[in-house]
Amino acid sequence: MKAAVLLFPGINRENDVARALAQSGVKPTIVWHAEHDLPQGTDLVVVPGGFSYGDYLRCGAIAGRANIMDAVRAHAARGGLVLGICNGFQILCESGLLPGVLMRNRDLKFICKEQYLRVERHDTAYTNAYSHHQIIKVCIAHGEGNYVADSATIQTLEGEGRVAFRYCDAAGHFGGKGNPNGSMNDIAGIYSEKLNVLGMMPHPENLIDSLIGGIDGRGMFESLGAFGARAA
Amino acid sequence: MHRNEPEITPALVAEHGLKPDEYERILALIGRTPSITELGIFSAMWNEHCSYKSSRLHLRSLPTKAPWVIQGPGENAGVIDIGDGDACIFKMESHNHPSFIEPYQGAATGVGGILRDVFTMGARPVACLNLLRFGSPDHPKTRHLLEGVVAGIGGYGNSFGVPTVGGSVNFDTRYDGNILVNAMAVGIAKANEIFYAKATGVGRPIVYLGSKTGRDGIHGATMASAEFDDKSDEKRPTVQVGDPFSEKLLLEATLEIMAKGCVIAIQDMGAAGLTSSAVEMGAKGDLGIELDLDKVPCREEGMTAYEMMLSESQERMLMVLDPAKEEEAEAIFRKWGLDFAVIGKTTDTLRFVIKHQGEVKADLPIKELGDQAPLYDRPHVETPKQPVIDADKVNAPLPHDQALLKLVASPDQCSKRWVWEQYDHLILGNTVQQPGGDAAVIRLGDGPKGLALCTDVTQRYCEADPFEGGKQAVAEAWRNLTATGALPRALTDNLNFGNPERPEIMGQFVHCVRGIGEAARALDFPIVSGNVSLYNETQGRGILPTPSIGGVGVVADVTKTVGIGFRSIGETILLIGETKGWLGQSIYLRDVCGRAEGAPPPVDLAAERRNGDAVRALIGKGLVAACHDLSDGGLALGLAEMTMPYGIGATIADPAQGVSLTGWLFGEDQGRYLLACQTPDLEDVEADLRAAGVPFAVIGRTEGNMLALPGAAPISVRAMGRAHEAWLPDYVAKAEA
Repeated sequence: MKAAVLLFPGINRENDVARALAQSGVKPTIVWHAEHDLPQGTDLVVVPGGFSYGDYLRCGAIAGRANIMDAVRAHAARGGLVLGICNGFQILCESGLLPGVLMRNRDLKFICKEQYLRVERHDTAYTNAYSHHQIIKVCIAHGEGNYVADSATIQTLEGEGRVAFRYCDAAGHFGGKGNPNGSMNDIAGIYSEKLNVLGMMPHPENLIDSLIGGIDGRGMFESLGAFGARAA
Repeated sequence: MHRNEPEITPALVAEHGLKPDEYERILALIGRTPSITELGIFSAMWNEHCSYKSSRLHLRSLPTKAPWVIQGPGENAGVIDIGDGDACIFKMESHNHPSFIEPYQGAATGVGGILRDVFTMGARPVACLNLLRFGSPDHPKTRHLLEGVVAGIGGYGNSFGVPTVGGSVNFDTRYDGNILVNAMAVGIAKANEIFYAKATGVGRPIVYLGSKTGRDGIHGATMASAEFDDKSDEKRPTVQVGDPFSEKLLLEATLEIMAKGCVIAIQDMGAAGLTSSAVEMGAKGDLGIELDLDKVPCREEGMTAYEMMLSESQERMLMVLDPAKEEEAEAIFRKWGLDFAVIGKTTDTLRFVIKHQGEVKADLPIKELGDQAPLYDRPHVETPKQPVIDADKVNAPLPHDQALLKLVASPDQCSKRWVWEQYDHLILGNTVQQPGGDAAVIRLGDGPKGLALCTDVTQRYCEADPFEGGKQAVAEAWRNLTATGALPRALTDNLNFGNPERPEIMGQFVHCVRGIGEAARALDFPIVSGNVSLYNETQGRGILPTPSIGGVGVVADVTKTVGIGFRSIGETILLIGETKGWLGQSIYLRDVCGRAEGAPPPVDLAAERRNGDAVRALIGKGLVAACHDLSDGGLALGLAEMTMPYGIGATIADPAQGVSLTGWLFGEDQGRYLLACQTPDLEDVEADLRAAGVPFAVIGRTEGNMLALPGAAPISVRAMGRAHEAWLPDYVAKAEA
């Protein structure tokens, strides 16, 4: 499987995600935002975390309108895989690939910590290496991760099984302190209608090593590697 | 000299922070009245912040060399060889005054400035740390300053994309009117690809890179060289505004043109902006510099030469480029959307010439601007020695378990999680030991090599006995690195003191520096970079003398490092080093007994080294499950901090006869560690310690979920952990309610 990792000015986790992809046998190529086309044979587009354009206008707003995003929208429309992490999730929402918006965290502070998630479905390209409702530990690092959408959108997401991950505590309980940023329905990540586009605030790419916090994030990249192997 | 420029009067000279005798020195040097631009340049170069005029004489005594030191003080940052062709580049710098006036931007630009110092030398930053000192929690400004500074440090570092992995936060009423914000940055480069400020070659283009120049920060360095008074709030316009996005672009563009071989010399524009960077490049290379200010990218219209030369706008660099590669370098900067302008050239005249709108605004001898800066041997008096407190005569006002519970939930000893969770400490995926331990450990690339990093100082010791306090600050940093298993290699210092024109303050400075030098020599822990911040006073009241130490250690294999938390039941706990029960200047005496008094614990540097070397060897052999250095709060607090991370309790036996129990539990004798080892390994551990001649005692074992100390009711680790975590969030919430 070949991945195109997009690089906008101000993105800063492109190497973290490239390392996680490579570890699971997915070949990453860094692609500059001013390009008009994705590299030939791209299976997966990754929009990494960071502070594209300094988050100065609105998180993801400027990057969401960059040249390369037309190619990403076309790729997604063809059923191609698109993964947005943190700022990448915000960019996917701004570019119209995913519904909703990421608001300031509930307590108005940037927060970086290890965080538990429940994997809501394990039958997608991104989650097939996880088990049913597995509780995984990843990390979060964001100031604007509070997922908000109108009630019709939330209803649709829930009804169509498009919630990818929910924040929870170590025991899998939702709400309260298990939800770090106030996201509606504890939503940490969502899929597009065809489950080929995933946006999520947490960073699975920073938990891929037993020495550095644990390996629960690796499952996502192994899922992608396995999905690619099956498709090939 | 020029049309429409103010006449140079004694009042104007004084406004520029220059004393009458310093002005006489200028007249003698140039043989005429300076222009306003020249006066501004002198004030920028000769203030305390840039010239080190009160401190230079004493700093010369510090040890700065070792076989592994590539670059000592005098460049943008220090450089050490860490093996395998790699170098570690690091420095710590203060942003105290701006942070007090405008906490968010002051702290943010402090981080930006120190990061720039590191990547100017060709390094990619891999970690940031900080050391923060705030006023009393009860002071009306403290919450606001704490929240602003922490948000500013996070706001800059998080966006820039470097993990902030460690630090230190204390509160004391002596910082009420003058907080300390010391930021440290650490980067990595190839040892043979370091870039320096020294310009070479005549007629080479001088290139301005980065953000545009505005009117912000004019006289920032001069402000940082004066005491505060009740009008300090009016100095807000001298604080710069940070733009971490531009800095991130500047980093990427700078490293890219360095890799392409375009750069001959490079200097970041920090304090005193264009003036200081241009003068340093020329003076170091024995060259003159000529600048044409019409070419400087400006954010505002109508800026004068004076304003441009003194602006401290952020995220800017000055470079001497290889003329053959000018186009290539420009294309890279344009790609990253940054300004790139040739604004001058190197000359063979040894003059610093500034042209603007067809006029020569300044024409000064470039070497003398730096070399001939005033140098003062200020009068200093030694701090009177304090009496040694007899531990047997200290009455315990609380049962020992109550005292410990009080300490774990006190402002200085409580968990600082609320602070470091606002910093991205996990980016880059290499943070092996997270904030909250003795030192942070980061892996370099895919390992196994790594670095251990810490910041330390015990300012109450420095005030009571500057010499011993200076020694202790270095020893504690060395000990904290050692406790992870790292080999301490070099340090950066950030010397924060009051007004050096007062002999008792100058005495604190002189003796702290002597103590730092003595410990650094004894521990093979040289000073490779640093910064001096004087005049930390408000309305005549100085801060506690605070010589911050940033320590860097090398770890051969990060998988062998250890943290402070007990990991499992049934481990044996050993106390390493000699315990006499020293209560003078202890946290116990101050926070439990309400007595901030006595002589601080002396540091026996030979014992320090012997004990530390033995502990490091045991960790390297894999015989240690957890390790913690003993400092504030002594044995009792050290044990508490080891039980809380994983909720593992411990039972501790009665101490040997001859030491008061209070002193044994809470004394702050130096050179000590707590170790936990798997019980089957105990024999090997004891044999090694005996062979090394290290005093030690087996004091207990891990078990259950209570901490049981001799002569105290058992304490629930969980309840203690809750109190430890609660103080800071509760304190901040009270402000918001």
